[in-house]
This record gives sequence, C-alpha cells and structure tokens, in this order.
Amino acid sequence: MKVAQEIRLAWRLLARDWRAGEITLIAAAIMIAVAAVTTVGFFTDRVQRVLELEANRLLGADLVISDSRPLDPELRREASRRGLAATEILRFPSMVMLRDRAVLAEVKAVSPGYPLRGELRIAERLFGPDRVAGTIPGPGTVWVDERLHTSLDIAAEDRVGLGNSRFAVGAVVTHEPGVELGFLSGAPRVVLNAHDLAATGLVQPGSRVRYRLHIAGDSEAVEAYRAWAQPRLRSGIRIEGVRDARPEVRSALERAEKYLNLAALTSVLLAAVAIALAARRYLQRHLDGCALMRCLGASQAVIVRLYAVHFTVLGVLAAAAGTAIGVGAQAVLVLWLGRVVTVTLPPASLAPALHGAAVGWLLLLGFALPPLVSLAQVPTLRVLRREFGVPGSPGLFAYALGMAVIAAMILWRAQELRLGLTVLGWFVAAMAIACALTWLLLRAVGTLRARGVSWRFGVANLRRRTGATILQVVALALGIMALLTLTLIRDDLLRTWRESLPRDAPNRFIINIQPDQAAAVGRFLAERGTAAPELFPMVRGRLVEIGGRSVTADDYTDERARRLITREFNLSWATRLQADNRIVAGTWWERAPGRADQFSVERGLAETLGIGMGDALKFDIAGTAVTATVTSLRSVDWDSFNVNFFVVAPPGLLEGYPATYVTSFHLPGGRVEVLNALVKAFPNIVLIDVAQVLSQVQRMMDHAALAVQFVFLFTIAAGLVVLYAAVASTQDERLYQATIMRTLGASRVQIRRAHLAEFGLTGAAAGFVAAAGASGLAYYIAHGFLRLAYAPDPAVWLIGIAGGALGVAAAGTLGTRRVLETAPLKVLRALG
Amino acid sequence: MSNSRAQIILKASGIGKQVTTGTTELTILSDVSFEVRAGETVAIVGVSGSGKSTLLGLLAGLDTPSAGSVGINGHDLYALDEDGRAALRGRMVGFVFQSFQLLPAMTALENVMLPLELAGAAEAAAPSRAMLARVGLGERLHHYPKQLSGGEQQRVAIARAFVTRPKLLFADEPTGNLDAATGGQVIDLLFELNRESGTTLLLVTHDEAITGRCDRVLHLSAGRLQA
Repeated sequence: MKVAQEIRLAWRLLARDWRAGEITLIAAAIMIAVAAVTTVGFFTDRVQRVLELEANRLLGADLVISDSRPLDPELRREASRRGLAATEILRFPSMVMLRDRAVLAEVKAVSPGYPLRGELRIAERLFGPDRVAGTIPGPGTVWVDERLHTSLDIAAEDRVGLGNSRFAVGAVVTHEPGVELGFLSGAPRVVLNAHDLAATGLVQPGSRVRYRLHIAGDSEAVEAYRAWAQPRLRSGIRIEGVRDARPEVRSALERAEKYLNLAALTSVLLAAVAIALAARRYLQRHLDGCALMRCLGASQAVIVRLYAVHFTVLGVLAAAAGTAIGVGAQAVLVLWLGRVVTVTLPPASLAPALHGAAVGWLLLLGFALPPLVSLAQVPTLRVLRREFGVPGSPGLFAYALGMAVIAAMILWRAQELRLGLTVLGWFVAAMAIACALTWLLLRAVGTLRARGVSWRFGVANLRRRTGATILQVVALALGIMALLTLTLIRDDLLRTWRESLPRDAPNRFIINIQPDQAAAVGRFLAERGTAAPELFPMVRGRLVEIGGRSVTADDYTDERARRLITREFNLSWATRLQADNRIVAGTWWERAPGRADQFSVERGLAETLGIGMGDALKFDIAGTAVTATVTSLRSVDWDSFNVNFFVVAPPGLLEGYPATYVTSFHLPGGRVEVLNALVKAFPNIVLIDVAQVLSQVQRMMDHAALAVQFVFLFTIAAGLVVLYAAVASTQDERLYQATIMRTLGASRVQIRRAHLAEFGLTGAAAGFVAAAGASGLAYYIAHGFLRLAYAPDPAVWLIGIAGGALGVAAAGTLGTRRVLETAPLKVLRALG
Repeated sequence: MSNSRAQIILKASGIGKQVTTGTTELTILSDVSFEVRAGETVAIVGVSGSGKSTLLGLLAGLDTPSAGSVGINGHDLYALDEDGRAALRGRMVGFVFQSFQLLPAMTALENVMLPLELAGAAEAAAPSRAMLARVGLGERLHHYPKQLSGGEQQRVAIARAFVTRPKLLFADEPTGNLDAATGGQVIDLLFELNRESGTTLLLVTHDEAITGRCDRVLHLSAGRLQA
C-alpha cells in the first residue's frame, strides 16, 4: 500500500469510527486534558502575573533600584528604550518647620508618573474624605501626612519650611504605596515635587539621600531589564521586586503557585487515566477489525502505521478543540476576574496553548499507543476464534512512555527536582497501595458467601476478573478521590489557608522599644483594647563566620545572600518556640535544655547562606564576638504577620548585649488616635504600618482561592470523565454477559440485581480507596505542601464509600440499561 | 420418529419481520407458519440471508416479530413481556450457538452452572459436573474457554444447553465453526443427548449430514417457507 493510500484509509477509518461513536470517549478525554492543561497554563501564567502585579502595588513599582548616590542616567534611558515606565524618587530625612516648631520627617521628592503601581490617596483637609491623587504636588506645594499635619498643627494658609524654601500645604496624604521597612519608617512624611528640590538646598554631598528608580511594565520586559541591569550595578546598589522586599508576600505567592500547580498536575493525571481507559476500550472493540485486516493481508507494520496516522489526526483535532475550549475558558475567566482584580490583566501568551496541546498529544501517545501496538499484534486466528487475542490487563511496563510523560510533566510543573520526585514517588506508591488495597478488598468480598444468585453472580464476576477489576476500581478511586478532594477537602483547605491569616492579624509593628519601656508599652496597648501584645527582645549583630570560616558578600553569587550578609541580623532569644514556627531539623532547646550557646536558624536563611546543622555561627554584636552552634532549623510562617526572627538563641546567650524590644499588634481601622498617643507617650519608638501589606496579602489570597476553584472545575470534569470511562471500559463485557444470561432465562430483576451488586461493590471499594487517598492527599497537601495544620474530616470516608457505591451503581446500571431494552438477538449479533 | 399424536410444543403462526434501514424497509420474514411436535427433530435450511437465524431468534423470543405469534408449549410467547419470555426460556428452552457464546471470564463448570443458578436451582454444581462428564469434559471443569479447542467449547455449550433438561433445544449452525470431523462428533453428541432426554430439537444448518438425521426439514427462501 502506498503512503497516500494508507493515509486515505486511515482517514476513512477515523471517519467511520467517529460516525459509529467509537472514538467519542477517547476524543473527549483528550479534549478535556488539553482544555484543563491549557486553562491551568493560562491561569498559572496570567493570574500569577496578576497576583504579582497586585503585589507590586505594595512596592509602588515592579522593580526598584536604589542607592545612596545618584543613579547612572543610563539605567533610566535603557528602561525607556525597552518601553518601560520609569520615574525617579529621592528620599531623605529633614526637619520641617512651621512657626516655632520643627519636626523630623521623611521627605519624598517625586516626579510625574509617581506612583507607577498602586495608589497615592489624598484628602483636601485633615480627616476629610480621600480620593486617588492622580497627579503629584504642583510646584511650590507639598502634601503632608496626617501625623505631620497634627504635629505641626498646620492651618489652611500656613506655609511650611523645608531647607531654604517655603511651601503651601496642598493636601493630606492618607495612603501611599511603597511601604518599606527600616528607613525611618515611623517618621511623618512629606511629598514634594522633585522640581522644587534644588531650591531647598537640602541635597548636598554627604546628605543622607536615597536615590530610587521605579520601573514598571510588562513582566517579561521587566525581567529582561532586571537581567540587563543586575550585572551593571556596583555592589551596594539594591535592585528588588516585591518578592525580594516582602517575605510575607513571597510566601503567599509561592503558596498560591503551589496550589495552582497541584491542580494542574491532578488534571493531567486524571486525563491520563481517562485516555488510558478510553484507549483500552477502543482496543477491545477493534480487535475483530484488526484481525480481519490481518487476515486480508495487512502486515503488523501496516496496521501500526494505519492506526498511528489515525491517532495522530485524532490527537491533532482533539487537541485543537481542547485548546479552543481552554482559550474560551480563560476568556470567561478574564471577564470574571476582571470584576475582582483591579489591575489590567496581562495579555495571554501563546505558550500555555502550545503546552496544553503538546501535553494532550504526549498523553495520547503515552497512554493510547501501547494498546494500539497490541492491536496490531492481534492473532489472525481471531477471525475464527474470537476468544483469541483478548488483551489482559496491560502491565505498567506497557505504559512506560506514558509514565515518563507524566513524570516529565510533574518535574516540569513542580519546577524543582526534589519536589517533583517526591510527588512522583508518592504517586507511584499510592497507586501500588491502591492496587494492594483493592486486591485485599476483593478477597474480603469473596468470603461473603451470601444468598441470591444475583449477588453471587455479581461478586463472582468481580473476582473472576481480578486484574481488570483492580484496574477499574483504582481508576474509579482516582476519579472519586479527585472529586472528594476538590469538593469536601478543598473548602477545608482553602478555609484553613485563609484562616492562617486571620482578619485581625497584626497590622502594626513597634520597634526600638527600650527594655525599661517594654512593660509600659504592653500596658498602654492593653488599656486601649488591643490584645496584650507579646514583646520580643532584639539584639543586632553582623554574621562574620559560618563553621569557623569568615564570610563576606564576595563568597556568594546569589543576590539575596549578598544582601543578607552585608546587613545586620536581628537576633532574639526565647524559651518557647513560637506557634507559627516549626522545627524541621534538630531539636528546640526546651526539649533538650542545657548549653546556652545554641542557635535556631530559619530554614530559608540557612539554605540561602549555606548554613548547616552543627555549624558554629559567629556574630559581631557591638564589637564583641558571640559564637554558638546551630542545633535546630525552623520553618517560619512569614505570612502570619507575627514578629519573627531568622536567628534565635536560648536565654542566657544574648542578655548581656544592648537590646531593644519589638512587637506587633492589630489596630482596627480608624483608630489613628491610638498611634498618636503612643508616639507622644514613647517618643523614641518607631511605628511601622503593615496594614497595606496585610490587606494586600489577604486580597491576594482571596484571588488565588478564586483562581484555584476555577481551575478545579476542570479537574472535576476530568474526574467525571475518568468515572465514565472506567464504567464504560467493561460495559461491552457486561452487555454480553447479561445477554447470555437473558438467553438462558435470567429475569431483568436478576440482571439488574447482579449489576447493582457488582457496580455497588466496585463503587464502594473505589470509594474506600478514594477516601483513604483523599485523606492522605489532603494531609500531604496541608502539611508537606502548604504547611498548614489540618485534620481531615471523617465524613470523607462515609461520603466516599456511600457516594462511590451509589454513584457507580447508578452510572453502571444506567450504562447497561440498554441490555434490558434491546432484543438479545441484536446484542448477540453486535457483540457475539 | 415423527409422532402425530404427540402434543404440539412449538407453533409459529404468520410470523413476519421487517427492518428499516435508512429509508428502505426490508422484509426478512414473511408469513411463516409451522408446528413442531414434542420429540421431533427439525432442520431449517436455506441459502444465506434467507432469514433462518432471524426465524430461530424469533422462535426463541430473542427478538420481537413484526407480525404473527409463537406458541411454546401452549404459551403465547409474545403475549409475555421480556421477563416472562426470559423465565419461559429458563424453564423450557436450551441454546447452542454457532459461535458457542461462552462467557470468557468463567470456567467450563461455571458456564454450565449459570442457567441453573439463574433459575435458582438449589444445587447447580453437581448436575453441571455430571453433564460435563457426559460430554467428555470431566477433566476440564476448571478450564476457561480460551484454554479449550473449538470442539470442546461447543461441547461445553451443549452441556450448558442440556443441563436444565429443556423441552425445546434451538441450535444455530452448531457445527458452523468446526471442522468436519469435530463437527461430526458434536452432532453425534447433540443427537445422543437429544434422544436420551427426549428433547425437541430445532436447528438451523447448512450441513447435509445433519439434515439427513432430522425427522423433518423446513426450507426457507427469501423469508418464506417453501412447501
């Protein structure tokens, strides 16, 4: 046969199969797989970018470059060349004067375009209604914040002094982006037009000025710009996105990504199972045709080629349809998210569509090809002896290619080899456990020698086809498990996740509390109705040695590591482990009291700086060296918004050094007077407002939760296809059996009961396995993945088993209803 | 062996069957009437497509006719609903098919036990074993169909057909899938068992060796019985 002839024949086979409904299921499975992967791809691509954009509103930009010296103008020119928005800001401390009063404030000189991200909100008068500024102060005008306004007691016509100039006060700043810890964060603020800066004479060589270049634009362009700029910056110049600046935001974003990736992986796994089941059924139904073709002289090679073309075309068509669905779904999503997200969604890139199509196609290859190859090997004798060439349960080996595709997917999605291998290992182990569990259940059911031919027939049917039954139960269990996880457990998990950041999470930090003020500050806050805050001692020290080896920024290439090593660390001491900390290696000293020269180090920091268990860390604290050994590593929930420390010592090591205290508390909105009173009572303390960061993280969590729920719709669809495919995979055999039974005199009731027994038992077994899997999965997701405390609901077992039995029995009896309605002769002729 | 005084066990009256394919209506059987007395052996012959297998299916209640009626042992088959027909089959009718129609997931013994189990027989295993021994498969009880030769499979099917002691046995080309020698052995077995149990045998066949052994031969041509 010539190639063209073969292709024509393959096309005709495909068309015939399509008309006969033979490939509907397999096409649906591919379509859903591709649609799911594509949509999830768009989600993880676009929504993730939205989340980052939202997060960037905190920073006031997508990227900030800052230095204590004027920045190279080339940095700004390059940004403009790349089509990025850029604006420069100068920040410095200065006295602001009015009449006989002078207050130290932080001055921010801004240029048109500020802020690039987020909102600057102003009010016409103190405590008046505010609005988005939309511009910057005009020349000769400054905007001040409420605290400066109150401190200087500014009246309508007053002009405040700044260096050599005097300015009218145009508005009161109520909200500004660009929250930054550390730099005079507690001071009152003044916003000034950069145009007026020179006249003030405040910026002189040696002044404490921070020059900042804000950059914003398309995220890929920003990343490209960052890559361009990074090597051109001399050391000491900082370049940061919001992830660098805020551990809370980084933590929340990473969790959202993990959740989305998990959803994507689940969809892919389910789709793979659906395709494998659908392909298996296709194989069973095409054995005769293939035997006949071989009988008529087609070689194995010809048959393999015919079906390869057949399935290539099917794959391309179904993948195209799936991609179209995915694109449509994400368009719906854009409309829908458009109502809750306040930033413009970035345009969809082509990559997720290509990924989706490629994944669907690879899944088809991996899971449909093995049965097709065995189709070519069908013995020609089958035309005479139908019982020849009935395929057994395909071994795992046959699906090696498919497994490799899945493994590659997991590794790619997890984007981290260790995590990917862990997930993969768990998946393989879970499948093995599920098979073993099903086998045990079948044995147990087999001992239930009960009354009634129908029940006995149903039970016997399951046991007689142990291999096929295990395959079916495990496939059903996967589908049910997905549904259980996504409906019951998802809500729990999402709720637990959101509750991990309660609405009354701390939104203010106080630092620089002197030891003799600690008790008084605590009392002050408690008297004003905030929960009695916990105060933590803090000693500042520079890390100079790790494991006896001195360290400097030059020892690291990683930007975060270089930055960390040049800064002073905040060290603390404590007896108890904080509630949002978890020991991941070693032992906390409360359990093994003894030496005082121990440190407990946050895991992320240890990884970044290459600190290991047992390493001696030497800190330089106010000129004195303090050395202690790392005896534990902790994971910290940074997004709990509690005070936390990278390095903690047991009591007794650091008490002798100059310490200040730090605390965090929740201040309900609108209670600014508490802050003013606090600052008046304790003038030396520094107040840091993280309310914006907090509400931003909360908003991000809400959006991420919505996104995850949307993605899970596809996972549910994939789960339903798996259920249908699993039931349909043995439908022909059941139809045939039931027809023989009817020919031999079985009543409809007998057949229905036998089916009920068989499907019900299959469903119950699958429900049991699924409940076990869902509980395990939820536990794993909560503890290993999202690091949340979570206890699975025992109702999962009841709903899993009862739901599985009822659902599968209903679906199965519905699917085999045909046998009770069709004349046996027709079924015998069609199937026999 | 024809016995004109024996009771009529099967009575076909004016059976017709039409099927619609697309827009054309196809007549498969038209006005087929005949009677079969208890203990008779009757062969239905005709060229391929003459409607033999359809007629057999209608006589057994496996499909519904477009016209006419079928009486089995005095019961009007098509006055019964599907369950009623199934119950009647279970009580009175046995089958042997050209393609054996054994359930592949069951052993030889389980296949033979099936009709007894369906009829709610108290003891299914012992008579099934005995029947398999009778057809010469006493040593192959626990073999699956795919482990048996064609002739052996047909013997299992015959054992399954006779294990319920049916009054009426339908056989559709019972030797159609077998070589001449094996076919001959199977036919010998079929007629032996028929004689032993006094069953009425109605079979569709091309095989002249079979028609020669039957009491009566009905010729079917283009859906009509030839006089």
